[in-house]
Amino acid sequence: MRASSTLIATLSDLRRAAARGRKTLLPKQPKILVGMATCGLATGAEEVFAALREEVERLALPYTVAATGCIGWCCQEPLVDVQWPGKPRVTYGRMDARKARELVRGLDKGELKAEWAIGLLSAYDNPLTGARTRLARKTAGVDGVPRYQDVPLFRHQVRWAMRNSGIIDPRSLDEYIARGGYFAARQTLAAMQPAEVIEQVTLSGLRGRGGAGFPTGKKWEVMRRQAATPKYIICNGDEGDPGAYMNRTLLESDPHAVLEGMIIGAYAMGAAEGILYIREEYPLAVTRMREAIAQAEAAGLLGDNIFGSGFNCHLRVVEGAGAFVCGEETALIASVEGRVGEPRQRPPFPAQRGLWGKPTCINNVETWADVPLIVMRGGDWYAQLGTPSSKGTKTFCLVGAVKNSALVEVPIGITLRRVVEEIGGGVPDGRKFKAIQTGGPSGGCIPESLLDLEVDYESLTRAGAIMGSGGMIVMDDSNCMVDIAKYFLGFLQDESCGKCFSCREGLQRMHEIVARISEGNGREEDLELLEDLAWMVRETSLCGLGQTAPNPVLTTLRYFRDEYLAHVREKRCPAKVCKQLITYRIEPTLCDGCDACVHVCSSEAILGEKKHAHSIDNAKCIKCGACVEVCVPKAVVVE
Amino acid sequence: MPKLTINGIPVEVERGTSVLEAAQFLGIPVPTLCHEDGLKPYGACRLCVVEVGTPPRTKLQSACTLAADDGLVIHTHSARVERARRLLLELYVATCPQSKTIQDLASRYGVREVRFSPKSEDCIQCGKCVRICAEQMMAGAIGFAYRGARRKVMSPFRQQSETCRHCGACMYICPVCELRCHGPQAESTLCSGCINFAPACLAYHDDAMCFLDPCAACELPGPFRKDVAPRPVAASLSPADPSGTRK
Amino acid sequence: MPAQSEDELLSQGLKMSDAIPVEQILESWPGSAQNLIPALQKIQSEHHYLSEPALRAVSRYFHLPLPQVFHVATFYNCFSLEPRGRHEVRVCLGTACHVRGGQRILDKALRELGLSESGTTSDYEFSVEPVRCLGCCALAPVVRVDQRTYGHLQQSRVPRLLKPYRSRAEVAA
Repeated sequence: MRASSTLIATLSDLRRAAARGRKTLLPKQPKILVGMATCGLATGAEEVFAALREEVERLALPYTVAATGCIGWCCQEPLVDVQWPGKPRVTYGRMDARKARELVRGLDKGELKAEWAIGLLSAYDNPLTGARTRLARKTAGVDGVPRYQDVPLFRHQVRWAMRNSGIIDPRSLDEYIARGGYFAARQTLAAMQPAEVIEQVTLSGLRGRGGAGFPTGKKWEVMRRQAATPKYIICNGDEGDPGAYMNRTLLESDPHAVLEGMIIGAYAMGAAEGILYIREEYPLAVTRMREAIAQAEAAGLLGDNIFGSGFNCHLRVVEGAGAFVCGEETALIASVEGRVGEPRQRPPFPAQRGLWGKPTCINNVETWADVPLIVMRGGDWYAQLGTPSSKGTKTFCLVGAVKNSALVEVPIGITLRRVVEEIGGGVPDGRKFKAIQTGGPSGGCIPESLLDLEVDYESLTRAGAIMGSGGMIVMDDSNCMVDIAKYFLGFLQDESCGKCFSCREGLQRMHEIVARISEGNGREEDLELLEDLAWMVRETSLCGLGQTAPNPVLTTLRYFRDEYLAHVREKRCPAKVCKQLITYRIEPTLCDGCDACVHVCSSEAILGEKKHAHSIDNAKCIKCGACVEVCVPKAVVVE
Repeated sequence: MPKLTINGIPVEVERGTSVLEAAQFLGIPVPTLCHEDGLKPYGACRLCVVEVGTPPRTKLQSACTLAADDGLVIHTHSARVERARRLLLELYVATCPQSKTIQDLASRYGVREVRFSPKSEDCIQCGKCVRICAEQMMAGAIGFAYRGARRKVMSPFRQQSETCRHCGACMYICPVCELRCHGPQAESTLCSGCINFAPACLAYHDDAMCFLDPCAACELPGPFRKDVAPRPVAASLSPADPSGTRK
Repeated sequence: MPAQSEDELLSQGLKMSDAIPVEQILESWPGSAQNLIPALQKIQSEHHYLSEPALRAVSRYFHLPLPQVFHVATFYNCFSLEPRGRHEVRVCLGTACHVRGGQRILDKALRELGLSESGTTSDYEFSVEPVRCLGCCALAPVVRVDQRTYGHLQQSRVPRLLKPYRSRAEVAA
């Protein structure tokens, strides 16, 4: 159904929608924004939102309270932003309902609540239009609250794919258009030939953001040349890498950017139908995307005769059913067709024979979101950032042992050291950096000696890891690398489809051997055996999952062999992680007998009178570590 | 017609031919456990991997699923291929130590020692039984289930399928056939029972993984039938466990 | 709800709770194979598991061999052949959660609900299962109960976290 009032078919329709969007984006009245992506909701954004609304209503204040996506400041969730006309936007971190109410009351009296504020934003850039939205003239910090450009987390970021995340309401089509959205799609459909679009994408040097880094322009060109019809496009939102959530955030925070990229791509490749394959573990992303498609359809931005060009494009969401291997493109296609997600051999590539045997182009969420930017600003503009072989920006999820857990977008070619130490703020609690794990289960652990590596597809592959979809997990000296290898092998032996003997059986055997080592039963020959097996699995497996599955083992063996040897030779786990090689003990001189550990111990292994030093019965102890968590004087020691 | 080179020999084959078939046409033996003429290529055993391309940019691909294409350069027995096959076979022997087919292949590839603990699995999941049942017998009575390390061949819900015609093709085609049906002396012999379809296996082994009901060999009620008690064969032999539960 | 034995609950099969009958669910999808997974997902969410009669009905409806339907039903994580509990506790074991003690949270949740391994409690109130990654890595370790996600967990917080779901279950009974 198309309501004629919201139908967007011409440039002036777009401009009218943009004007509507600007009114809600930058209203004349104060506006309070709450980050309502999954991370925010998990930390209580809903309660904060409700409290803000209630308080605003109770005091009958002329403020709008609106939801927005995720700005990526994950460690400070839930986030609340106050946008006062003519003043810099103030970001507040770690909010709760009580603080939210107090904030509203304070605002009413003109108080800033600087003690909760974590950043000031006086202007934000719009990479799509090249324009800068000034919120306030004054650019200096206020009351000791740092400006965004002075916050280390944001200083090195270039937010291209995430241009709207945390700025617009993801449910507002008008706000997306107000930020320059759908102008690129109109430009494409009205004035560009498919070959011209692909030329720009090729010129931009954009490479697949899902991890393998295949040049997008090349893939599109192969698709365009296929004679067979119909052709399909697919957005791969099956973000299965543990430690990566950039696609979820994009789908939840800026769904129309992905849709617009897909419309442009469909036009360039001659496809009329597309699918967004989103994993079922991301219910909010699925909801947001379905809403966005419905809005775009209602506005005539999806469907038949878009922008009066005669071009038709239909998109729909398919929910994944929970299988990591379905991130592999041929497995994903099998899953859409209603079969089990078992990859098949390429060639033929999906661009030749894909969904229902027809030419199919599969690109990652982030790749699609980059496309409008390239069309709007030109391929050479996009290529201004990056390294000679990899252009543009990439989003990374920086998590684990870093001070600032965050979702960041940086120019490709930035050094890992800068990402970890400056953006991430380094390792907290006085611990020592040990490794950074990139690329999920297909990636590897990179040691400190390689931190000056400039991040691009080739450099990470040379280091034995991969770019992957962009998860970066920082590990400190409390993480055991043998345990990490065991973890990934456990993951992969479950998530492998199991068709290839080499991958199914090889991974099980590797897991068996690493488990043996972590239990202190390893032999020195096991390391060589592991390397042999890893080589065999990599060489003989059919799909990308099997071919990269040995990476976590190979990189840990390469860079942290001494840890394996400590487990094998000395039956010792240097990081004190491997359960079979550690014991818990209470240091009597530190224990104040508070009984906190006694209450949390599920196996009644802690002995001793209240107010007297306790001790642990090692026969009963199940090494769950609950006592360590609750011990205030840190009297429980692991040996 | 695609022209390709296999081990330096130029060969021209019909479109649709696989590299494995092209190699076999030239008389080059390429080992495989999951390929069978008349069944769709499956590519699961990985033994038929060949080196594709010209150095330094080469990769290993399974010959059975690789279509012969113009200009392909194939090496079926390069050092890299041979090392991969040796390691694969070492793992195969450890997985199914009692299979004569696997032992023979391993011995041909010079596997002298097995560094993994033996597992005595019944199945290498080559998928021949599943494919012959669906593609040639048009029954579709058995299939794969689960994934990863838990993946296995089974009939749904471990129940006798209504579409099974007891043709025995699954047992016949199994490359580690003695594992489908252990036979009377599973401990001491490499293969018995199902090759010559006698003596009756299910009467001796209550844990045999047999999909037939009644068994094509012994005509005894299969392990899944609950309504019929197994026919006693001889007083000295213990009858099959009618519940057919396995491990 | 009166106490029921596992067998009774299982034998109820398709009728469990007020779920939409399988046949009715199937009718809303055209019978082409691409709808197989969405249909199974709907049955799973309505009935909390895929029963044998349900899978047989699906196989007939889509004209697909039962082994193929069975493989799909056992391949994907979101399907279960055993009834799942009223509340699904999914403990994230992604990398970030793993390095911050996700496994310990899982073990604690299992102990708390009297389970020895991941699965469903005997009263069908809770299912506890590990999940690969919920994509909330910055909040590690993370647990999702039904639709709600909890972050920054510690073992000591697990009992408190489960409590409201428990009492709600008891009130319903």
